[in-house]
Amino acid sequence: MPLFTGTDLVCFRGGRIVFAGLGFALDPGEAMVLRGANGSGKSSLLRLMAGLSQPLEGTIAWESEPASDDPEAHNARLHYIGHADAVKPVLTVAENVRFWTSLRLGSGDGDTLASALAKLGISHLADVPGRFLSAGQKRRVNLARILAAHAPLWLLDEPATALDRAAEQNLNDAITEHRAGGGMVVISSHAADTMADAREIDLGKFQADAP
Amino acid sequence: MSGFASIVRRDLHLALRQGMDSLMVVAFFVIAVVLFPFGVGPEPNTLARIAPGVIWVAALLSSLLSLERLFQADYEDGSLELLALQPIALEITVMAKVSVHWLTSGLPLLVTAPLLAVLMNLPEEGFRPLMIALLLGTPSLSLIGAIGAALILGSRRGGILLSLLVLPLYIPVLIFGVSAVDAAIGGFSDKPQLLILSGLLVAALALCPWAGATAVRQGLE
Repeated sequence: MPLFTGTDLVCFRGGRIVFAGLGFALDPGEAMVLRGANGSGKSSLLRLMAGLSQPLEGTIAWESEPASDDPEAHNARLHYIGHADAVKPVLTVAENVRFWTSLRLGSGDGDTLASALAKLGISHLADVPGRFLSAGQKRRVNLARILAAHAPLWLLDEPATALDRAAEQNLNDAITEHRAGGGMVVISSHAADTMADAREIDLGKFQADAP
Repeated sequence: MSGFASIVRRDLHLALRQGMDSLMVVAFFVIAVVLFPFGVGPEPNTLARIAPGVIWVAALLSSLLSLERLFQADYEDGSLELLALQPIALEITVMAKVSVHWLTSGLPLLVTAPLLAVLMNLPEEGFRPLMIALLLGTPSLSLIGAIGAALILGSRRGGILLSLLVLPLYIPVLIFGVSAVDAAIGGFSDKPQLLILSGLLVAALALCPWAGATAVRQGLE
């Protein structure tokens, strides 16, 4: 039995069925890439997986237990990167990351924070307030947040947006390392070459009004 | 519990660094009260008669002023979404944000109120019940307001909608807050009114974080 599964998911948003009859299964160490045209429901599926919204039908389960039974336990095992970077303009980079880490680890320790910043190449920005960061730097801060506190499941919605080559490489390295440690990644991306060994879901196939 | 403390610390930090918010709440409170002597004339007996009501109404409006931003700022930059995805019950997160709202708006009002009471020529016997009533009442205002602030997430022109939603719910606090002071001035016991205010606070503490969290979840869908 795979660890993280979804069965017969129907997503209803804005008065229409976005996709229907969708299922997935993920084992530790596996990655899944979501593909599909704009509006095909990639973000909606990630939000369902995160528990931010509930499916009209079907269940999302962790070890065969529906995730919605214990939302806090589900939250503890996932990291979500959405469209917004949640970087507070008046807090420094280190303060931003430390706050999110403290919610998971209690008093966050300095080592994980420093190494997370280093992995994304933003150590030199640690004391810079969020308002002076570029879009790509904000995205790196958001990614540092998920590196600084371990969670087995990463849900990444277009994580490479605004990132330059080097940062994209850092992200891929981080994903590889995360999977090597038994972590799971679900990623929505337009980029063609994300991961060779990843499972793929083409949301185009689950459209209710598919031509 | 450490999550609660973390959120309180961060929000206080944010309020202090970007915050003229508390200052504006107090400034609004002072100006709103000061307008009344101009409007109704400086006759001391008239002012003394209306003082409790004026101070309370001005306190309600000032508290409302800063409510709109309670969740809105976090909603806009994606933080609220992430807060909802932490291993902390959303009710506790809402409670933490409400506490910070009270610390940055209710508490400053409480400190300013005696000065304004002097200005409005409030009789001496009225001061003690006014302070106790504000101490019990302003947390209720923050708690009740949080539901409204969560309900308007994502709507434009939320501020007006918020006042329409929240001000009617403030009426019980207003009635008992004012009548506690009036009773004391009239020589009666203010205990029943203050007990009712405590009851309202306990009820709000039990219900509002829960309702607010539900509204936030709805807003994030």
